[in-house]
Amino acid sequence: MSATTQSPTASDSRTPSKAARLLGDRRLPVAVTALLFLLMYLGGLTRYQFYGFAEPQVFLNLFIDNGYLLVAAVGVTFVILSGGIDLSVGSMIGFTTMFTAWLVERQGLPLLVVVPMALAVGALGGFLMGYVIHNFEIQPFIVTLAGLFLFRGLCLVISKESISIGDSSVSSMATAQVSLGMGFLSIGAIVSLVVLAVAFYVLHYTRFGRRVYAIGGNEQSAMLMGLPQGGTKIAVYTVSGFCSALAGLLFTLYIQSGDPLHATGMELDAIAAVVIGGTLLTGGSGYVLGTLFGVLVLGLIKSIIQFEGTLSSWWTKIATGVLLCAFILVQRFMTTRQKT
Amino acid sequence: MAEPRPVLEMTGIVKEFPGVRALSDVDFRLFPGEIHALMGENGAGKSTLIKVLTGVYSLDGGTITLDGRSVRIASPLQAQQAGISTVYQEVNLCPNLSVAENIFIGREPTRLGRIQWKQLRRRAAELVDRLGLDIDVSAPLSSYPLAVQQLVAIVRSLGTGDGEGPGTKVLVLDEPTSSLDRDEVLQLFALMRRLKDEGVAILFVSHFLDQIYEVCDRMTVLRNGTLVGEHMVRDLDQVGLVQLMLGKAMGQLDELHEHQLRSDVGETLLRADGLGRTGGIAPFDLEIKKGEVIGLAGLLGSGRTELARLLFGADQPDAGKVSIGGKQVSMSAPNDAIGAGVAFCSENRKSEGLVPDLTVRENIILALQASRGWTRPIPVSQRDELVAKYIKALDIRPANPEARVGQLSGGNQQKVLLARWLITQPKLLILDEPTRGIDIGAKAEIQKLVVSLSEDGMSVLYIAAELEEVLRLSHTIGVLRDRRLVAQIANGPEITTSRILETIASGEHQ
Repeated sequence: MSATTQSPTASDSRTPSKAARLLGDRRLPVAVTALLFLLMYLGGLTRYQFYGFAEPQVFLNLFIDNGYLLVAAVGVTFVILSGGIDLSVGSMIGFTTMFTAWLVERQGLPLLVVVPMALAVGALGGFLMGYVIHNFEIQPFIVTLAGLFLFRGLCLVISKESISIGDSSVSSMATAQVSLGMGFLSIGAIVSLVVLAVAFYVLHYTRFGRRVYAIGGNEQSAMLMGLPQGGTKIAVYTVSGFCSALAGLLFTLYIQSGDPLHATGMELDAIAAVVIGGTLLTGGSGYVLGTLFGVLVLGLIKSIIQFEGTLSSWWTKIATGVLLCAFILVQRFMTTRQKT
Repeated sequence: MAEPRPVLEMTGIVKEFPGVRALSDVDFRLFPGEIHALMGENGAGKSTLIKVLTGVYSLDGGTITLDGRSVRIASPLQAQQAGISTVYQEVNLCPNLSVAENIFIGREPTRLGRIQWKQLRRRAAELVDRLGLDIDVSAPLSSYPLAVQQLVAIVRSLGTGDGEGPGTKVLVLDEPTSSLDRDEVLQLFALMRRLKDEGVAILFVSHFLDQIYEVCDRMTVLRNGTLVGEHMVRDLDQVGLVQLMLGKAMGQLDELHEHQLRSDVGETLLRADGLGRTGGIAPFDLEIKKGEVIGLAGLLGSGRTELARLLFGADQPDAGKVSIGGKQVSMSAPNDAIGAGVAFCSENRKSEGLVPDLTVRENIILALQASRGWTRPIPVSQRDELVAKYIKALDIRPANPEARVGQLSGGNQQKVLLARWLITQPKLLILDEPTRGIDIGAKAEIQKLVVSLSEDGMSVLYIAAELEEVLRLSHTIGVLRDRRLVAQIANGPEITTSRILETIASGEHQ
């Protein structure tokens, strides 16, 4: 074996070339998405500059209108980074809107009591799914699909009709504006940015966060390296459940009603945002910052279509589909490059 | 020189699996600052012993003493905490994380729960540096070749002790060199010697005899789950080692040897030029003539099966070419080989050859149908006639084409597999361990069959663990060693099993 197999020369085996390093850099997909967002935004500026697109508030509205999606997508980012998937997000959001509206309107409980309850229910739901996934070694796809049906069904158990919220504390919170000088943000938008910052810290500066990446990279290895991979997996789904519930609360605030059909299919929007944000569906590679850009890109598509005026809203879906396809192909290209 | 106290002593180790005694009463000791080879054929119990030591398997008997204290090792984590680290053949790290993180994950330096990245990278760089490796610890692990990843795995395993520098007393390297090239192996050896000088005891397992003689100080030989002996490497030459591993003295082997097969062989049927596959077998030249039986001899794991799989297209070669009957054939899939008249009876007749839930008839007809293509089914009458003919010719019992193959005995299963390929009337029949695990009567029948096939003009590539078998049947004997075809010996009265053993041991044919 020794004499016949060529040994690679020292230079290419030790230090990867600059170009290879750049292409292999895991931050590249995030940069691509950020660049795409920038180009789309500049495109919008040139096309609609006399229709008010240049207003700073148009940009800030992206955060206001998509805060709940950002929170949900951050939760999904954890799950996808660990190599799993969570399909229960949309149902959990819908359930939380119903749960909250019902408790506030029909039971007259104060918001301060309802919010922790809703969050606890979401976290518990996520925990249970994670527990089943880990302990019974069932694919996350199936378990969270069960969660999807379960929580959507529970919405209808609470009420078959939508419940609008007239409570004054809710409406005052919903309409509260936090001035930034050139514009304002809603409370929901600020909460979503805080969630993003916390998620970034957790993923990059805590052992738990690094374990999420390790498990997504190679679960078997992570176990042999002595990492508690079971606990980490359960925690990841708990985080996602918690984020979904929080997203549900923000959605309730945004829409000011509970409806059993709220947020149908939103798990797919969240997954799309995560993937467009450069996180690999196979796990182990990606950033929450990318998820932010993914959400912003999806939001910007909606805004641009609104500004265009003549286009139907389903063009949003078409554009999302095209982008998702393109980004998955880019991911595929990048991962095959890394292997060779 | 007075022997120092061993850092690790395993005495009277017993490990049983249902129906098998994998280790019986094995003693093993390891001294600080030595590289110790664990030798034996596949199935001799090497892996089992290592797994017992590293806590993957639990003990059924015996004691383990580490540093003078008796220890119970119940899990890989406990083994690590006790100072026994293991690096396996496959790199068990996370390719998506940086080198530094792979070294430290699970025990990152933190302050108030916040990972101290600067400190982590600095300490990783120190560890890597101390072992004389020149790698950028902040680069992702996947950007480095397998060899470097393996070295990183060793660095990680050394760091386990108290988190501050190595606390490892025993380092187990289980076949770390099997996928490395020569330069990479040398780099690994340099690291091993450095660790040895620091007083670490290293247990090294490798299929490559030369590597053992290059780097090891002492060796323990196992055979069939029992201890054969412990020797200093310098006191035991390679011939002696091979004899110990096989458990037969050379003179003893000669008596068994007799020639039965003499016949003239025809023109060249198959020619392989520089055929090889990285990690499988080094490039080789081979010529098989019409009606010739070529036997392959070599230790288990020496590349016999790999060679056969290349000729059948079951593995894709990355060098060389094959021509059959003067025409070059691209061996990119077994279908190409079948089309060119090559048949392959796998050594794993259960997992790779037969379909146990199908009937004898269906199993026999499978290859013929495949060579005709699924659009042209074989007529029922012709099929039944063929099946009946081969059941009779090979004396398959029970002689019932409807019987499920899974219920047949090993020897009869082997015959069904043979029948399947014979029915396609191949020009070259590759038999990989056709006589393994079958009774002596069936063994003799299969050997007789090989002789008669050869007389009918069919070429046979015959692989068997028993040298006598190879010697008795073959016109030419190909000797393999360390995944390389080292010699092709024309059989004759002067060729004895000890001559072949010498070739296996030395890698040269005199």
